[in-house]
Amino acid sequence: MSEARSEASVGNAATFDTHPGADAGVTPESPLQWSRVQGRVTEEGGAAEQIRVVERPFLGHLVLRGGAITLDEAVRAELGVSLPGKPLGLVLDAEGSRSVQWVSPDEWLVIVPAGEEFELENRLRARLGDAHFAIVNVGGGQTLLELSGEKARELLMKSVTYDVHEHGLPVGKAVGTVFAKTSVVLRRPSEERFELVVRRSFADYCVRWLRDAGREYGLRVESASP
Amino acid sequence: MTQSNRLNQGGRIDRSRRLSFTFNGQQYTGFAGDTLASALLANGVDIVNRSFKYSRPRGITAAGPEEPNAIVQLGATEAAQVPNVRATQQALYDGLVARGTNGWPNVQRDVMSWVGKLGGSFMPPGFYYKTFMAPASMWMTYEKFIRKGAGLGRAPTEADPDIYDHFNQHCDVLVIGAGPAGLAAALSAARAGARVILCDEQEEMGGSLLDSRESIDGEPASAWAEQAVAELGGLANVTLLPRTTANGYHDHNFVTLHERRTEHLADTAAGAGREGEVRARLHRVRAGRVVLASGSHERPLVYANNDVPGNLVAGAVSVYIRRYGVVPGQRLVLSTNNDHAYRAALDWQEAGREVVAVVDSRAKPDGDLVKQARDAGIRVITGSAVMEATGSQRVSGAKVVAIDTERFVVTGKVETLECDTIASSGGYSPVVHLASHTGKRPQWRDDLLGFVPGEVKGMHFAGGVHGVYALGETLTDGADVGAEAARAAGFEEAAAIAVPEVAVRQESPTSALYQIPHEKPPLRAPKQFVDLQNDVTAAAVELATREGFESIEHVKRYTALGFGTDQGKLGNINGMAIAARCLNRSIPEVGTTVFRPNYTPVSFGAIVGRHCRDLFDPERYTALHQWHVENGAEFEDVGQWKRPWYFPRRVNGKLETMHEAVARECLAVRRGVGILDASTLGKIDIQGPDAREFLGRVYTNKWAKLAPGRVRYGLMCKDDGMLMDDGTTSCLAENHFLMTTTTGGAAGVLEWLELWHQTEWPELQVYFNSVTDHWATMTVTGPDARKLMSEVTDIDLDREQFKFMDWKEGKVAGVPARVFRISFTGELAFEINVQANYAMHVWKALFAHGEKYDLTPYGTETMHVLRAEKGLIIAGQDTDGSVTPEDLGMHWAVGYDKPFSWIGQRALTRPDTAREDRKQLVGLKPKDPKVVLEEGAQIVLDPEQKIPMTMMGHVTSSYYSPVLESGFALAVLKGGRNRMGETVYLPMSDGSVHQAEVVSTVFIDPKGERQNV
Amino acid sequence: MFHIFCPYCQEYREEEEFHPSGQAHLVRPADPASVSDEEWGDYLFFRDNPRGIHHEMWVHRLGCRKFFNITRDTATYEILETYRMGEQPSITAANAEVRREQGVQTADGGWQTVGAQPENSRLNEETPS
Repeated sequence: MSEARSEASVGNAATFDTHPGADAGVTPESPLQWSRVQGRVTEEGGAAEQIRVVERPFLGHLVLRGGAITLDEAVRAELGVSLPGKPLGLVLDAEGSRSVQWVSPDEWLVIVPAGEEFELENRLRARLGDAHFAIVNVGGGQTLLELSGEKARELLMKSVTYDVHEHGLPVGKAVGTVFAKTSVVLRRPSEERFELVVRRSFADYCVRWLRDAGREYGLRVESASP
Repeated sequence: MTQSNRLNQGGRIDRSRRLSFTFNGQQYTGFAGDTLASALLANGVDIVNRSFKYSRPRGITAAGPEEPNAIVQLGATEAAQVPNVRATQQALYDGLVARGTNGWPNVQRDVMSWVGKLGGSFMPPGFYYKTFMAPASMWMTYEKFIRKGAGLGRAPTEADPDIYDHFNQHCDVLVIGAGPAGLAAALSAARAGARVILCDEQEEMGGSLLDSRESIDGEPASAWAEQAVAELGGLANVTLLPRTTANGYHDHNFVTLHERRTEHLADTAAGAGREGEVRARLHRVRAGRVVLASGSHERPLVYANNDVPGNLVAGAVSVYIRRYGVVPGQRLVLSTNNDHAYRAALDWQEAGREVVAVVDSRAKPDGDLVKQARDAGIRVITGSAVMEATGSQRVSGAKVVAIDTERFVVTGKVETLECDTIASSGGYSPVVHLASHTGKRPQWRDDLLGFVPGEVKGMHFAGGVHGVYALGETLTDGADVGAEAARAAGFEEAAAIAVPEVAVRQESPTSALYQIPHEKPPLRAPKQFVDLQNDVTAAAVELATREGFESIEHVKRYTALGFGTDQGKLGNINGMAIAARCLNRSIPEVGTTVFRPNYTPVSFGAIVGRHCRDLFDPERYTALHQWHVENGAEFEDVGQWKRPWYFPRRVNGKLETMHEAVARECLAVRRGVGILDASTLGKIDIQGPDAREFLGRVYTNKWAKLAPGRVRYGLMCKDDGMLMDDGTTSCLAENHFLMTTTTGGAAGVLEWLELWHQTEWPELQVYFNSVTDHWATMTVTGPDARKLMSEVTDIDLDREQFKFMDWKEGKVAGVPARVFRISFTGELAFEINVQANYAMHVWKALFAHGEKYDLTPYGTETMHVLRAEKGLIIAGQDTDGSVTPEDLGMHWAVGYDKPFSWIGQRALTRPDTAREDRKQLVGLKPKDPKVVLEEGAQIVLDPEQKIPMTMMGHVTSSYYSPVLESGFALAVLKGGRNRMGETVYLPMSDGSVHQAEVVSTVFIDPKGERQNV
Repeated sequence: MFHIFCPYCQEYREEEEFHPSGQAHLVRPADPASVSDEEWGDYLFFRDNPRGIHHEMWVHRLGCRKFFNITRDTATYEILETYRMGEQPSITAANAEVRREQGVQTADGGWQTVGAQPENSRLNEETPS
């Protein structure tokens, strides 16, 4: 057990580094592993289609709970972005690789590059001290799919009830909504792409649905290397 | 066959593209741009169907969705069969195959026609109720015969090869109907910048403009329509949906549109050269504002034999001539009560055929169209109406007579005019259907002689639907309403488009006329049809009123008026008018029916969309799913999860049965070591200074002293004291807990916690988050579990260091893990939680090390047997919302002395929950060890008692135990704990009776020593 | 299909994202032990079922997971307002005047039914406010 973990466990909440470390020789499997085995997902790259769906596996996903004012300061200091205070806000850092998303008045979703989440959690906890908050690592439970291409919007219209038109979902907005017969978090981080945060156990269903709904346009599902 | 009724010129068809089609086995040709109906009329096909009840020959009557007769079965192959298609709405394509849905064996000679000949006395209204009531057992037989005879179309017996889907649409303004009003409204809204969807059910947008005699800005009206459609089509903020019917208007401006994408081209999308494309699409539109521009339907008049082929609605005659270049006959008599219908006579004459007469019920009609007709030399007979059509397979003449509409009598001598076509017009009924789908009643307007929509929030009306009929006014109205809708949707600057010029036409007022009096009394006159599709006559409506039905809703149900796919499009108003006359009331006093979705039939495919086949319902997989599949697991559905049920092995070349596999898996756990994928258990992360207090309020037992590193089992009740869910909760740190729930209860329990936190105890500082998917959970259990675990983990497994109900953190197979010493099998057990992405690595490592212990994967069935042997309940199986913790014998898990009145405590102090004769959980041991009792079997004390016997309880869980070498069961039994050792009886449906002894719920290791080793 | 304004997400969402949770403003007795069985039964099981204005609790299950309240007309299915947990409705059955001033339609009939005389003629005359 690492030092950091032991120390943090002493406090009021138990933190836990879920990763075995690069030297452990353990190969993780993304939530789309079964879809890959079934031939529903290919490696990144290849022929251009009207829609590309790319999984970004193994990212760090943390749920932050607490008051906006309390959390904002800590997030600003540790991530360099301000907490989206308005409902449904999504902010990215300058590199575009770290994001904070409003989920509810006391809940935010933070997504960071793979392996950063445990350090971040500890730093945030240290900064937040005795304030009432919660940080929950949910990285094993969900994965991120990026959608891009000319017909991505039409594909989403078949899949989610939310208004995916520019008026409904401009850049910088993220919503939890209905996707086919399950739910997803739908995000618009940039002009070029949409993102879906899907739950692990539903990931194959979502991919099957996307492939079926996207067939008339041409669609590829890929998984990026971590 | 030649297209004998086709004109050499005119119409919006392409005469250079001939299409061949088959109707009732006969080959015909038509042109691109035809509907099936126009092509049939062009070919002189008079009889297209047999009627529903009387089996009378029927021909095409209308030109749109209101068509009651020409309802066909479509499809060249079995898989492509579509029932109940209106020929008037089906575009013609090459190779189309159709037949009339009614008429068996064929429409020309029908075995049911004797029913029609016998007439109304044989099948009066309420016929089914009156005739086939007894004996009830025969109804199925009667129904089969009647249905086959009546022919309601049939579903295909082969799978539909096509795909369908849904589109979730959002817009500022949805315009329904692309006639003059709809086009003008869409232009106003679109030019203001609103997101506009314009839908229209026809092949071509334009509505009445496409068959209008009038000019717009000096050009044919159809040219303006083309221009408007072209402009709208070029705008990025406009979505045009032709061939799309708005079928349902639901709450808060939610509208379902049914778009047919390939059905105008071929039987199937593949047949249309569009393999893989969507055949039909359901648009689920949430509209800021809805503009209903659905226009009106012309009402036919109700006169004797008005169903004989050759009787048409007047406007349909104009549509066939002007849009399709088809004149459906040679000699026309027009019977009307209004000016507008005169255009049918003028169109007919201009097409070169003979107009025998226009019969006008009004004394002195003198509008512009009337003058035009007179100027063209057409005979106009005033103050009269067509009383009866003659002919049987086709109209041969019209009996015309002077009438007194006030007294409802004929006043003159009958003149018979020779003709083959009678067009009638009784005025216009606004198409109010969508406006009443949410329950708003239409309002009667005497000046219009029709119902207009009641006020519907969020909906605007344009054109004919609210009684604005004249073309110029319709355009102005549409433009204004479109702008108004856009403004209401937030486009404050929206203004009406400049409306083009249309010459004003003088019209004389329409007279109120629905049913034509006959020289014979109504019940003796030849049949006067009100609803052609359902074969409802004026006499039937009258009889219903005489039999005491006064509300139009009751009359409707008694007679079938407006039933089925028709939804009263042609007949409703006439039916109400007749009922009103018979009851001596006004039409609004009789009331109106409220229309329901859908406006026209929607295919099941479109309703289902892609929620079918393997996308019917989500399948949830654990991180170990691939391993389970590769190792031959049979799966069980647990909610949406696919869980391994059992893992049959191949023994001597034969795959084990479930019984064999489960027995082997059970023994492996009891004697060696087994492993279960328990990842589906719900897991909730709970953090905050008040987490402990909260647990104490939602669980029945105490949590105040649970130390970090310890685990406790808890029961959760609703406030009625009944068990809701159970599971273990671990103290991770002073203010941090991990709760587990049943697989099925995961989402519900999380919401339950949130409910109490958000609504009752917001002052408690605590947060709940689902981590079900984050963790994979593997249960290693059995006497050899420690040996196996010691090979893969750095955790000290010493029984003193790592006690039962402890949890520890460490590495398992190199992966950080939390390991819980909890047991659902009664054996030594370790529940390993790792981040799900690493689960497969750990699982495989366990098997690599487990080989020497014959590590046995087991599924849910073995899990059930093992837990039941220990008397461990499954919430939802052994409980059903009526079982308290006390009923389960779990007094030890109820903290009555906790300071806060936890959820369920108050209810458990009621006298009823303290009754000694409540159903209590017990074990049952069948006297015959080979017997496995049926789950759900009822328990009685006296098997000789006469039925109804006194039920004492029922079996909740029952299995065969390979350890006990006997069947065994858990059951709830009245006063069960005081019946230990008694014999109870379980009568089965085959007459046999099982005997069982009431025993403790714990069948194995009653002291619980095996899990504590 | 309802279109519901989530007072937390601050926008309208489709009904599929929500779940109804019964009557709003139920209060659990502060000291359950002190109430009679009858009072406890009322709290547990007895609910209002008005024709007209009703206050209901809903949860934005697939969105922000927050509970909130809706004032709804059970006859017209119209949602008159939504408000956060802990807040009070501004429209109630007792202050129908407020509702009229706000230009909301009155209940004018149920679903699918029809009135024969005399009810129907009365309804036909009734003008929405």
